[in-house]
Amino acid sequence: MKFLTWIKVIIFLLCLIPLGHLGWGAFTNNLGANPIEVITRSTGKWTLIFLLITLSVSPLRKITRLQWLIKFRRMLGLFAFFYICLHFTTYIWLDQFFDIMAIGKDVIKRPFITVGFSSFVLLIPLALTSTRGMIKRLGGRRWQQLHRLIYLSAIGGVVHFLWLVKADLQRPLIYGAVLMLLLGFRIAVWARLTQVVKFFSKHRPTDLRRWLWGPARRRSPEHLSPHSRLLGRGQARAGRSVGRP
Amino acid sequence: MLIKKPSDIKGSEITDKETYLNRRRFLIETSAAAAAVATGFVFPGHLGDSGEAHAGTKLDGVRKSPLSTGEKKTPFKDITNYNNFYEFGTDKYSPAKKSKSLITRPWTVAVEGEISRPKVYDVDELIKLSPLEERIYRLRCVEGWSMVIPWVGYPLNALIKVVEPTSKAKYLEFVTLYDPKQMPGQRRGVLDWPYVEGLRMDEAMNPLAILAVGLYGAVLPNQNGAPIRLVVPWKYGFKSIKSIVRIRFVEKQPKTAWEKAAPNEYGFYSNVNPEVDHPRWSQARERRIGEFFKRKTLMFNGYADHVAHLYKGMDLKIHF
Repeated sequence: MKFLTWIKVIIFLLCLIPLGHLGWGAFTNNLGANPIEVITRSTGKWTLIFLLITLSVSPLRKITRLQWLIKFRRMLGLFAFFYICLHFTTYIWLDQFFDIMAIGKDVIKRPFITVGFSSFVLLIPLALTSTRGMIKRLGGRRWQQLHRLIYLSAIGGVVHFLWLVKADLQRPLIYGAVLMLLLGFRIAVWARLTQVVKFFSKHRPTDLRRWLWGPARRRSPEHLSPHSRLLGRGQARAGRSVGRP
Repeated sequence: MLIKKPSDIKGSEITDKETYLNRRRFLIETSAAAAAVATGFVFPGHLGDSGEAHAGTKLDGVRKSPLSTGEKKTPFKDITNYNNFYEFGTDKYSPAKKSKSLITRPWTVAVEGEISRPKVYDVDELIKLSPLEERIYRLRCVEGWSMVIPWVGYPLNALIKVVEPTSKAKYLEFVTLYDPKQMPGQRRGVLDWPYVEGLRMDEAMNPLAILAVGLYGAVLPNQNGAPIRLVVPWKYGFKSIKSIVRIRFVEKQPKTAWEKAAPNEYGFYSNVNPEVDHPRWSQARERRIGEFFKRKTLMFNGYADHVAHLYKGMDLKIHF
């Protein structure tokens, strides 16, 4: 526990590096010819990175079976929210200088801003309900359903980036590919679960276990990496159709 | 956070650019001479020539022009470190770092097409075609930022008069060098290389349109389009094509690189126009590099008196 607290502190400090970097650049007047653009780009980039990191916690936990990874998810998600707040503030303050009319027009007329703004708004309820008290008040299930908004928000974030570049789509497409991988993992898990439910309605739990883990699964695969363990599971699954009615 | 910290070096203590560059040239040339002596090789004329084409070498006999603006010039550092030159990467800070690989001498510019006197010019010959002038122009990028840049060059119409266009010459097509070895950005298909731009003949004849070979009184740095580039100050920056190797006089309107990339966003004319927005963002205002507040964008980038007549009767919403 103590060990985890230390790791948490270290990760917290690491998450502040992008902000520190910008702050130092601004302080030493070292942000190049167009500092406002640099600040906008950087806070936007780190919002996307933190969203992707947050979304990778669950898949990583499932793959590595390191359950304690979940303890960092809230903090990482809140850092995504922190950077999106900075990004939004940069836009309304430094870029538009509180020109409400211009901002309103932008949000309505410019699809990339509409999408980006929506992604920001979608994250607000998630940040507000991130406390232990709110989880209890909502109930785990409802809380979880609400927090699936992060998928929409992240998709919106990537689209926002994709729609604002002039010609070079490389970077937004990289973010898009990582996001697709992370969402794809969830779809795969979800598809598998529905199959499990179907199976469960016909068979005994012991059959289910065999179906899930395979008949001849070695119990202590220390020499195997988590990844090859996963592969092993897949092979076991591939063999199941033979024994299936 | 954006308030500039006063520099702790007094202005009087800063070595002026010329002295600094002379010192550098001295160091380079003496060390080259020392190396030549040490190795026993001396290339005749080499030392004398080496300075001529180098970025930063002072250009002599540059005249002032009444077409220059009196606005505060953007610092040299910003003009040479914040560039859109996709041939050296799509990041604005990469051309300054990556353009050293561009070899600007020897360099030729083929002038061809519907003209009586086609010719492949050596760039040093082309530079001497007409007296050099300083033209301090506003530059407005389609992305919404602007600068004030003291170019050195001469009117494009000086070249046009020399090559004698035929009656078929209605447009000019400009082409940038294509060489992925020198221009690493061309290894990725971000645009349909080589970069192509175009002007209508009357636009090209307008005294504001220049061929630029210098910046701040000295030879153009690579990242700004060395050795020779176009500057058309009433149009968005991307119209001012860099590192030109071919100028062709044609009958039909050329297809430009940006038109090919996104025809609904970048038109052939691309005149600066605060009333016609880019499909994805507003063009009403711009951020002048070095300023905190955005300023209003001016029709034809403030050059309406000189160029508005070229577009009389044209719907600029259609011909954007």
